[in-house]
Amino acid sequence: MNRADFRRGVRDATPILLGILPFAIVAGIAAANAGLDLSQAVGMSVIVFAGASQLAALDLLGRDAPLSVVVVTAVVINLRMLMYSASIAPYFRSFAGRVKAGLAYFLTDQAYAVTIAGYRAEGSVDRATYYFAVGGTIWLVWQIATVAGVLLGTGVPAAWGLEFTVPLVFLALLVPTMEDGPTTLAGITGGAVAVLGAGLPLNLGLLVGASLGVAAGVVSERYLDVEASRGH
Amino acid sequence: MATSYGDPAIWIVIVVIGLATYGIRLSFIALFGYLDEIPPWVARLLRYVPAAVLAGLVLPAFVTIQPGAGDLAVDKLLAGALAAGVAWRTENVLATMAVGMGALWILRFLVLPHLFLLG
Repeated sequence: MNRADFRRGVRDATPILLGILPFAIVAGIAAANAGLDLSQAVGMSVIVFAGASQLAALDLLGRDAPLSVVVVTAVVINLRMLMYSASIAPYFRSFAGRVKAGLAYFLTDQAYAVTIAGYRAEGSVDRATYYFAVGGTIWLVWQIATVAGVLLGTGVPAAWGLEFTVPLVFLALLVPTMEDGPTTLAGITGGAVAVLGAGLPLNLGLLVGASLGVAAGVVSERYLDVEASRGH
Repeated sequence: MATSYGDPAIWIVIVVIGLATYGIRLSFIALFGYLDEIPPWVARLLRYVPAAVLAGLVLPAFVTIQPGAGDLAVDKLLAGALAAGVAWRTENVLATMAVGMGALWILRFLVLPHLFLLG
């Protein structure tokens, strides 16, 4: 373990903690609102450790959606990590299998983005140490802020509508993903169908909307320009 | 809204989502050497997943079209629209949350009660 590279990882992760902190607090509040106790909320943050899917699962649990719909929705949201896994895999190829298995757990949107930028800026960095420092820093803040959110969430009156912070977080994450014509159409279609299908049984409106949104994006590639420079 | 599911069901959901998510994270890291790239047709579908899913989560929270539902939730619609403008301009999570919640509270506690008093 290279101490200088560990410190470098912690330092590079620090600026993004400002974005992680409120996100994790909202996840804690959402868990409390959905009726989870502290151990379940922290259990979710430790075992799942993926904010957007946690919020979606908690939202659906709170509405008593079928458990299969809760699971499928959360997993679909996390499918994007396939791309991070494929993108970071070449940097990890020389590590032992169990090191790879351990490091994979820390793969998040933010850890991926910071680490890839760090590897490109400093080619000689101890890759495992640096990535562990980045991912571990994010992980620690995520868990602590989840606890803070649960404690906060149970003490705030319902009229304040703190659950409204969940779609607001998703909104801020949504805008950068609509980066060109087809992705924008995918978002508009997914959102509109989900609104129209909100009354569908089994909370299927979201999954139907997401499927049709993806289809609309793929089909529209033939008619709209694709921004190739910023693939996710 | 609190869930009606019991503790075992909640724990099962957490563990299943966690295992599946870990499998996704580990996938290409573990398989590198055997499978070096995402098949192009999969990558093409994945490109549209974030926008389609996130929009499907956001819009129904701002807009409700339910036959017979008397509550139009004007506060959420207006606060959501304002937050969307901020998200578009700043792409900042904190700013979007601050403006969205601030607008919701102003509308809900200050503006709308007065409108109904006058009306």
